[in-house]
Amino acid sequence: MSDPANQQGVRVEVRDLRKNFGDHEVLRGVSFTVERGEIFVLMGPSGSGKSVLLKHIIGLEEADGGEMLIEGHSIHAEGLRDRYRLAMVFQSGALLNSLTVGENVGLYLREHRLKPEAEIRRVIAEKLEIVGLTGAEEKIPAELSGGMKKRVAIARALVIEPQLVLYDEPTSELDPLIAITIGQEILALRDRTHATSLVVTHDRDLAFGIADRIAMIADGEILALGRPEEVRRSPHPLVQRFLTADFHPKPQ
Amino acid sequence: MFRDIGGLVLLFWRTLQALPLTFRHRHKVFEQFYEIGMGSLLMVCILSVFIGGVLALEIGPVMVERGLANFLGGIVGLGLCRELAPTLMAVLIAGRIGAAMAAEIGSMTVYQEIDALRTMNINPIHYLVLPRLTAIAIGLPMLVIFADLVGWMGGAVVCSTNQQIAVSMQSFLANLRDTVEIKDLVHGLVKTFVFALVIGTVSCHQGLATIGGPRGIGRSVTKAVVNSIVLILILDYFLTHLLVQIEK
Ligand SMILES: Nc1ncnc2c1ncn2[C@@H]1O[C@H](COP(=O)(O)OP(=O)(O)OP(=O)(O)O)[C@@H](O)[C@H]1O
Ligand SMILES: [Mg+2]
Repeated sequence: MSDPANQQGVRVEVRDLRKNFGDHEVLRGVSFTVERGEIFVLMGPSGSGKSVLLKHIIGLEEADGGEMLIEGHSIHAEGLRDRYRLAMVFQSGALLNSLTVGENVGLYLREHRLKPEAEIRRVIAEKLEIVGLTGAEEKIPAELSGGMKKRVAIARALVIEPQLVLYDEPTSELDPLIAITIGQEILALRDRTHATSLVVTHDRDLAFGIADRIAMIADGEILALGRPEEVRRSPHPLVQRFLTADFHPKPQ
Repeated sequence: MFRDIGGLVLLFWRTLQALPLTFRHRHKVFEQFYEIGMGSLLMVCILSVFIGGVLALEIGPVMVERGLANFLGGIVGLGLCRELAPTLMAVLIAGRIGAAMAAEIGSMTVYQEIDALRTMNINPIHYLVLPRLTAIAIGLPMLVIFADLVGWMGGAVVCSTNQQIAVSMQSFLANLRDTVEIKDLVHGLVKTFVFALVIGTVSCHQGLATIGGPRGIGRSVTKAVVNSIVLILILDYFLTHLLVQIEK
């Protein structure tokens, strides 16, 4: 772990990714690259394939075509997960319901025996504090609200000190204050460890607040990709509607 | 069901390869072992009394009528430890523990907990399947030993109290001691061990293969129990055949 290459973010490359569920084409040739230490935000309508895309990047789904590369190695390559620390925050949180909050957060360290027990307890408390859940160690997931589960899931990902974190709608169930804390933590993690982050979100404030680059995806294709101001200027009508819609439609 | 056999064998093989890690996961093995052992012991004992009793009740009068009362203890003893205790306890545990395993792992699959483990580079086979399979492979034979002992007692009690049979407890047990050998106990325990592996593998496999929501979990539980029982009863015949050949 003292290897310097292990102390920074990884480069992610998605090449011409295709996926069908039955005859439903969910991803139709998606390609993009996320540089080391970059915060890359993916936006798009519900059902456009964002969660499916994340699952492919972390190797939970088999693609029908194309490839996902981490530092040039296929995600399915032997030993890749031992070499790079990857983490994913699931849309639902995906906490282990039979474990307490503390056990969930400490699971990675305990299972891989990375630290002594006292140190693990300290890390658990520290990460829970970051997500605003100080002292919640003994709670069980069933007692938590949706937003609290999401925050525990974020703490569980932070414990890994990941080189790549995939966040699936990290702020979707959070109140605006905590949403901002989470956004700040995504930035802080990058500053602290140079981790690469890939964030799926509908939250326009979060996206434009933290992104180095933004991609808009709809119907399994990328419509716009670039720095936030470039995406904002995209001529694509759906992108414009997605970025500017509000409750008070302006008269045309 | 027979479509799943390939997946079953693969899962079993992968779990075998992980066996050296058992010591690392010993806490989870103990946890599962407790669940299997303590949770089922009382039920195993109660059922065994009845199984031993009914066996004595079915064959007792017939044997007494033909002047074979002296052999009753041996026959009941052999029938229990070689066949009835292993199969019936395996069926009971398939319904109790197999169902629980399939439901728990199935719900973990449906609610993406397995996916979460995989993203943390934690192998679900090491984390979930290995402790369960080890625990049931040790626990079920131990339960069957209890079932044998308690079942014999049940048989003895019925023989001595039933008017039609009227074989004293002493002569029942004496004949049992003369007839039943260690190899008969081992015969039953070898079968039990295989049944335990079947229950563990089938149930974990069904759990991991669960698709859909709560209804999917229900389907997996049903399939785990039914498939375990079917495999147990079919394997029972062939295993017995094989073991009898070896014993000769
Ligand atoms: N396991 C699956 N089997 C069949 N279809 C699936 C499966 N997973 C996802 N889909 C389909 O793929 C499409 C994209 O799903 P996905 O979950 O990626 O959407 P999303 O962009 O994350 O939406 P949201 O913003 O609502 O989370 C949906 O139409 C969904 O029905
Ligand atoms: Mg989604």
